[in-house]
Amino acid sequence: MSFSVPQALENELDELASHYPQKRSASLMFLHALQEHFGHLSQEAVDWTAQKLGLQPINVYELVTFYPMFRQEPLGKTQIKVCRTLSCALAGSAELRAHLIGKLGLDSHRHGPQTTVDGQFTVEFVECLASCGTAPVVMVNEDLLEKCSVADCDRVLAKGRK
Amino acid sequence: MSNVVTPAPAPAAPPPVEKIRIKVDGRDIEVPKMLPDWQGKPVPTTMLQAVQIAGGEVPHYCYHPKLPVAGNCRMCLVEFGTPMMDPATRKPVLNEDGTPKILRSVLPYEPQTPRGAIACATPISPGMELYPSSPATRQMREAVLESLLINHPLDCPICDQAGECKLQEYSVEHGQAASRFVEPKVHKPKAVDLGPRIILDDERCILCTRCIRFTKDIAGDDALGIVNRGSYNTIAAAPGRQFDNNYTLNTVDLCPVGALTSKDFRFKMRVWFLKETKSLCNSCGTGCNIQVGSRENVIHRFEPRENDAVNSSWMCDAGRLNYQWVGRSDRLQEVLIRGARSTWTTAVAEVVSRLISAPKGSVAVVASARQTTEELYLLRAIAARHGAITDSIPREGEGDRLLVSEDRNPNSQGVRLTGIAYTEMGIRLPEIAEGIRAGRIRTLLVFGEDVTQYGLDAELLGQLETLVVSDILPNATTALAHILLPGCAHVEKRGTYINVKGRVQRFMKAVEPRGDARPEWEFLAEIARGLGVASGFSTIEGLFNRMAGEVPALAGVEWAKLGDGGVTVPV
Amino acid sequence: MPQEYRLILKHADQPGYTPDIECYLRHGGYAALRKALATAPRELPDGKKLGPQEVIRDEVLKSGLRGRGGAGFSAGLKWSFVDRRSGKPIYLICNADESEPGTFKDRQILHKDPHQLIEGMIISCWANDVRLAYIYIRGEMPQGARLLNQALREARAKGFLGKNILGTGIDIDIHVHRGAGAYICGEETGLIESLEGKRAYPRIKPPYFPAVLGLYMCPTIVNNVETLCHVKHIVELGGAEYAKLGTPNNTGTRIVSLSGDVKNPGYFEVEVGKVTLGEIIHHENFGGGLRPGRSLRAIIPGGSSSKVLKAGEKFKLRKKGADGQMTQVEADLLDLPYDFDSLQQAGTMSGSGAVIVMDDTRDVVDVLANVSEFYAHESCGQCTPCREGALWMSKALHRMTTGGGRAEDADYLLHIAQNIQGRTICAFGEAAAWPVLSFVKKFKDDFVTRGKADESARASGVVPTAHH
Repeated sequence: MSFSVPQALENELDELASHYPQKRSASLMFLHALQEHFGHLSQEAVDWTAQKLGLQPINVYELVTFYPMFRQEPLGKTQIKVCRTLSCALAGSAELRAHLIGKLGLDSHRHGPQTTVDGQFTVEFVECLASCGTAPVVMVNEDLLEKCSVADCDRVLAKGRK
Repeated sequence: MSNVVTPAPAPAAPPPVEKIRIKVDGRDIEVPKMLPDWQGKPVPTTMLQAVQIAGGEVPHYCYHPKLPVAGNCRMCLVEFGTPMMDPATRKPVLNEDGTPKILRSVLPYEPQTPRGAIACATPISPGMELYPSSPATRQMREAVLESLLINHPLDCPICDQAGECKLQEYSVEHGQAASRFVEPKVHKPKAVDLGPRIILDDERCILCTRCIRFTKDIAGDDALGIVNRGSYNTIAAAPGRQFDNNYTLNTVDLCPVGALTSKDFRFKMRVWFLKETKSLCNSCGTGCNIQVGSRENVIHRFEPRENDAVNSSWMCDAGRLNYQWVGRSDRLQEVLIRGARSTWTTAVAEVVSRLISAPKGSVAVVASARQTTEELYLLRAIAARHGAITDSIPREGEGDRLLVSEDRNPNSQGVRLTGIAYTEMGIRLPEIAEGIRAGRIRTLLVFGEDVTQYGLDAELLGQLETLVVSDILPNATTALAHILLPGCAHVEKRGTYINVKGRVQRFMKAVEPRGDARPEWEFLAEIARGLGVASGFSTIEGLFNRMAGEVPALAGVEWAKLGDGGVTVPV
Repeated sequence: MPQEYRLILKHADQPGYTPDIECYLRHGGYAALRKALATAPRELPDGKKLGPQEVIRDEVLKSGLRGRGGAGFSAGLKWSFVDRRSGKPIYLICNADESEPGTFKDRQILHKDPHQLIEGMIISCWANDVRLAYIYIRGEMPQGARLLNQALREARAKGFLGKNILGTGIDIDIHVHRGAGAYICGEETGLIESLEGKRAYPRIKPPYFPAVLGLYMCPTIVNNVETLCHVKHIVELGGAEYAKLGTPNNTGTRIVSLSGDVKNPGYFEVEVGKVTLGEIIHHENFGGGLRPGRSLRAIIPGGSSSKVLKAGEKFKLRKKGADGQMTQVEADLLDLPYDFDSLQQAGTMSGSGAVIVMDDTRDVVDVLANVSEFYAHESCGQCTPCREGALWMSKALHRMTTGGGRAEDADYLLHIAQNIQGRTICAFGEAAAWPVLSFVKKFKDDFVTRGKADESARASGVVPTAHH
């Protein structure tokens, strides 16, 4: 599979790189943009970023493996992040995760993101999403669901299946 | 640079070193205010350096004097105190006995608990007190060591680092007999093929990052990094990339544990069986100082030996691995006269008699810039008696910015300074060829070079009356020798090389020569004696000192003064 | 009656208030910036002359503003440490990496009133000769990043930002930089490394104090979102007037994030020290109390890294009387004024202003296991005590919550935690150790009892040993 970054995206990235006196600073922003475009960060994307920013591939690979938002594998179309941390846990987030995992036939004992075989959904426990006052919270792609209930989760699944 | 021998006027007195008075474990001591950092730039003296000056030691893993400071292992945490200052007068507050009141450093939120500082990165200040042996310091060390060991596989019996492992060493001094740890260990990749010469065991790794810093900041190849996060942190190269520069094996030396191992040395030998001999690398004109590890006459490894005037603490991989040939089975091991086995006594007498009967101008000498300075000196003396043309063979390659010299001969300066070839090497070879062709040159002495590769082909050599050859391995020239004298690898003898910058350095004998082979300087001295061009020289010391008296560039240099690091002469 | 005092969030939740610049301008936006830029030089009584920028810095110092991100350090002093003679550019970074569990105050500002932050930042840039500033926002706040970018475009279009701001001849620009899910980026030197495009490994101090060797080894100021917003109000009110808000040494307002077992979790802006912890939890203007039939078990008073407070705890507080004399008074946990100093005297901290309440239905072992898992996940792994210790504690607590407890685990946990705090490169060591130290010390019986129960269950063969 050939890896190619569309010109419009590359222009956008060039503009981002201009925000910094040192190009390397743009690494995280590049990775966000490439992940948004390609769905995940392949080795080609890592190499491309390194080359573009005048870095060694390990410099970028170090980031991809350090920052949990970066993914090296394709994820589901609907990505569901359930907050695991204290306030949400007190408000029942473990039950929400168990519900989603059960409904989607995933493995409750596994850590990290899990994607359904049809590639529709990815579910994962994440750390504090900084919305503890409306716990439990769930992020569905870029939207934050506050005071999320089991019924809300079911709606997310129904919408995602459409 | 130290030990520079020059006839120049006495150097100006060095500027006075500013000192700071501190206490280390209760003892007063003065230490310089500034000391060189890893790049040699003066920076404020650290606690670690101060304790070293006081004769103590602060255990450490990540700190290395030749690398940028990382401060990550925390092994060098040291309890300390600073003089209490009166905020109004900015003067020290005194105890009743007139001594300054010392504020022991404590956790700001828990004043009953001492707070340590990392000695590797914390500068000292006047009046500071360091407690590198206090119970609190010891407890901090024990705790760090315990943490480093909880996820360690504890596979010392099969670990190559055993015997030179800092985890083992410090465990003896600072460890606890039993670990409290009852949780499952973190598992990480084992036997990772990091590059053509390196294997990595990530479970043994303590993440000190010495390897990363070395390859990035010293070797200039930013090839290694840490992947994953937290307790799962793992040293790695980028996927699909090899850790393959010419300095990778230095990371094995730097690794304080058994994480990085050399494919060449892995599982070969327990390090405590190795005899260590101070030597030099002879793969190029840099002359990196090395230590030869051998056991029962077999060489098992070369390691760099620190010399800031030459190679810092490093050497290149090519040089490090350039030892296997010493044990080759086809080494020349017999003295041969016209192909028949002979003895040294006979052969030396034969060479002497042929030279004595050779008319002036009928002898030529091709020496090698891989020979020792002493050997070159003797060859030059022999040649001078006969008015012989002398030359040597240049050997060039690509240099790099760190250690590798474009000059791939270890002793080109020796060739120049002894007068074998005053200017460019190899320019008189055509003259020698022409002399043989014309029948003027009838006797040729070749040392350590296959001259058939350099314009003196077999047909030409066939026209000689006498071809005396000394070498270590067989080649087209040795095959044509009338008298063949088996010589030694440099690890089998003593001698000196003069590197490209004029550093005169000596090396010691690590292993015995093969078969009948002898150090070239020994039989050259016998030949020279036979010719009456020199006497004495029963020892390398005597030979060197005699040479130093005659070679102008070496004036004032003595074997004994060379020490382990050599001296620099003007070149 | 204890009530909110909305300064930062004055408009944020008003009906019809939108994050665009027109709305902000209708509400008096960017007037403080104009006022700051028009500041006159000042001569002090001692004859020292202050330039306009020094005047602003002096006002911030006089305001008594303390950092709202966690450490509560004087913002004015922090600015005063900046190396202004290095000849290198000075950078300002807004720390919008809000990730201390329990905290969700900056989210309100970023999403509802981004121009307030930008105005505070422009003033701070101008006052500190900063030409280039960054907002480091959590990766998990993509909408916040979009809103900020939109707001920055608007501010540039109006001439508040960019080249020659408001005709002063001075160029100031601000860019948004997104994190990608790492709590350690909240630590200022970790944040700087991350902004340089590296793993967020905090730097050793010495020598890398941001005020001298920060971003790109240049002098750098890192301030929290809320802190920078206060700068705008300090300019508006004047430092002395601002300092009248709140209580002495604990001036101004701050936004408290309340979550956990209360009826009305949420955020409340209060004058610092004017309301008590008990009022925040129980008063109808704030948390509204616990759920029916519940009683209080514990409070985490300043984000999950602060030391837990146990219901019924009493503290000795030093108080300065009207006569200036220090007196000691005993205060119940719930009577602690919610400010920096009182919580510190109670052995904990107000940190990021996040209060998490646990009622009597909660098992403290489970709660601590949850908190420790967070710190194990978020340890960057750079230095030994934290890298190894954070996961060790989390594994031990996981074992305790899955039937593998031992009576000795309480001391075992204390041993691990004690060997982390104060031994690490950054304050994350404390953040990971303090919950364990405080929970286990204050609720030791709970840990021992649970461990013993597991031991006897295993001895009688009732429960299998925890499976890993």
